[in-house]
Amino acid sequence: MQILAIDSSALVASVAIVEDDGKAGAKTLAEYTVNHRKTHSQTLLPMLDEIVKMTEFSLEGLDAIAVAGGPGSFTGLRIGSATAKGLGLALGKPLIHIPTLEALAYNLWGTDGIVCPIMDARRNQVYTGIYEFVDGKLGTLMRQTAMGIEELAEKLCVYDREINFLGDGVLVHRENLEKSLMAGKRIRFAPAHMAYQRAASVGALALEYFREGRTETAAEHKPDYLRPSQAERERAQREKAAKESAGEVS
Amino acid sequence: MEAVNKENVLILAIESSCDETAASVVKNGREVLSNVISSQIDLHKLYGGVVPEIASRKHIEKINQVIQEALDTAETTLDEIDAVGVTYGPGLVGALLVGVAEAKAIAYAKGLPLVGVHHIEGHISANYIENRDLEPPFLCLVVSGGHTHLVCVRDYGKYEVIGRTRDDAAGEAFDKVARAIGLGYPGGPKIDKLSREGNPDAISFPHAHIEGAPYDFSFSGVKSAVLNYINGCRMKDIEYHTADIAASFQKAVTDVLVDNAMRAAGEYRFSKLAIAGGVASNSALRAAMKKACKERDIEFYYPSPILCTDNAAMIGAAAYYEYLAGTRHGWDLNAVPNLKLGER
Repeated sequence: MQILAIDSSALVASVAIVEDDGKAGAKTLAEYTVNHRKTHSQTLLPMLDEIVKMTEFSLEGLDAIAVAGGPGSFTGLRIGSATAKGLGLALGKPLIHIPTLEALAYNLWGTDGIVCPIMDARRNQVYTGIYEFVDGKLGTLMRQTAMGIEELAEKLCVYDREINFLGDGVLVHRENLEKSLMAGKRIRFAPAHMAYQRAASVGALALEYFREGRTETAAEHKPDYLRPSQAERERAQREKAAKESAGEVS
Repeated sequence: MEAVNKENVLILAIESSCDETAASVVKNGREVLSNVISSQIDLHKLYGGVVPEIASRKHIEKINQVIQEALDTAETTLDEIDAVGVTYGPGLVGALLVGVAEAKAIAYAKGLPLVGVHHIEGHISANYIENRDLEPPFLCLVVSGGHTHLVCVRDYGKYEVIGRTRDDAAGEAFDKVARAIGLGYPGGPKIDKLSREGNPDAISFPHAHIEGAPYDFSFSGVKSAVLNYINGCRMKDIEYHTADIAASFQKAVTDVLVDNAMRAAGEYRFSKLAIAGGVASNSALRAAMKKACKERDIEFYYPSPILCTDNAAMIGAAAYYEYLAGTRHGWDLNAVPNLKLGER
């Protein structure tokens, strides 16, 4: 089983090829990750080309294409998704949609404690989820969502377990978590090599998804933004306000 | 660069620069085997114009189906395709990126050459499709919601922009005036239709000519004049006729477009003139331009309405000539929202 994995959901651009021969176990054949500038449109496909060439890999042999499907930067998600959809269409391969926060949590596979990835979502929010590993399987305690860091801290405080944070949200909220929101709690922050998006994690989790038959067609696939567009949000607010004022009149 | 010595060249073309998701298969730059357009217009009507984020979201939802339908309708597969053409600018960056990333991935997976196309070059090339005899040099007036350009087409892929709008694009002025007289979005076709019931000489709106730049355009003045006229009527409680306003506004705009195009055709001695872009399907513009060309013995070319609107067939036509000229883009091709015509 061979899976090509892509994550361009945030500042990191990452591509990987993972395989599982069903005997000796799974391995990452190649991974290319850059956490520098957000120029995914220019870098993602050349990075893929590089690892394909270096491993003399044949794309025809792929079983599926996995992509971090959101949440994340709207444009970043679409660059990853359109790349995966184009590859899927051209190669006639299925896609695997991996929730971005699940893939991030998978960076800390096997952790004994709670895993809480946080991504900076702007507008005073983080994209986050709450996970644990049970018998080597990723378990979800709270599905990925967008919320304020204070609200997340309240949810985490009910667990009497060590909490492991990772993700680019740590860069924004670490001090607040340590000194205020989670002060006195057992919390840890992931080190550099596992703190950010990695396509190898998307691919490793995708192997599980593939075994469980959780694939979709390239045509079906679309990112899961977790948020409506600003125009839709404002329109909904206007309609709600109009409805309320109409209600007052009648 | 691979030598192009095939008898037939099939291009898969993709266009997603604004609010239409489009794909097409074009043979030898002139024969359209399929032209699939998925329009989002009903969605954007709710907002009175194109919302970039919504456009980008719709593109990614539809793009594979649109491409597959283009291949199926053309009764072909990617194995028969010789190159992938894609619009990489100008346009909405988020919208362009969907088409560019998709096109790159398809070309990469199939080992096909990638040819990036300028959106305006596409509009100009729409004229090649139905006019098999049309070859450069010719003068082209490109008029749409985002562009108003007077272009000397010296050769395939060789353009000189000699005139452009200083403010609003012609189509933008149509949209704004349509909104002011309560017609809604998109304004062009609605003003065209309503104008047929109105008197184009009822109101004299200004015809802007720019000092020292005889081929440039300005449409914000005529747009403001229309808005002022309406406000004036309202304040004086005078009834105004929207059909007369529409017809008079449309005449003011087409007069300037025709005047500048004719002046340029004379000065640069062109014997052929083409129009392109969404506003090129405006019936008054077509009629006025046809008449003016006939008087001067200039051959007049214009695409059918389906090829005037944003579509991928025109991108396929442009990509074919770029492909013959050896244009090849790398896997690092990016969307360029303000791409200039003739730039690489």
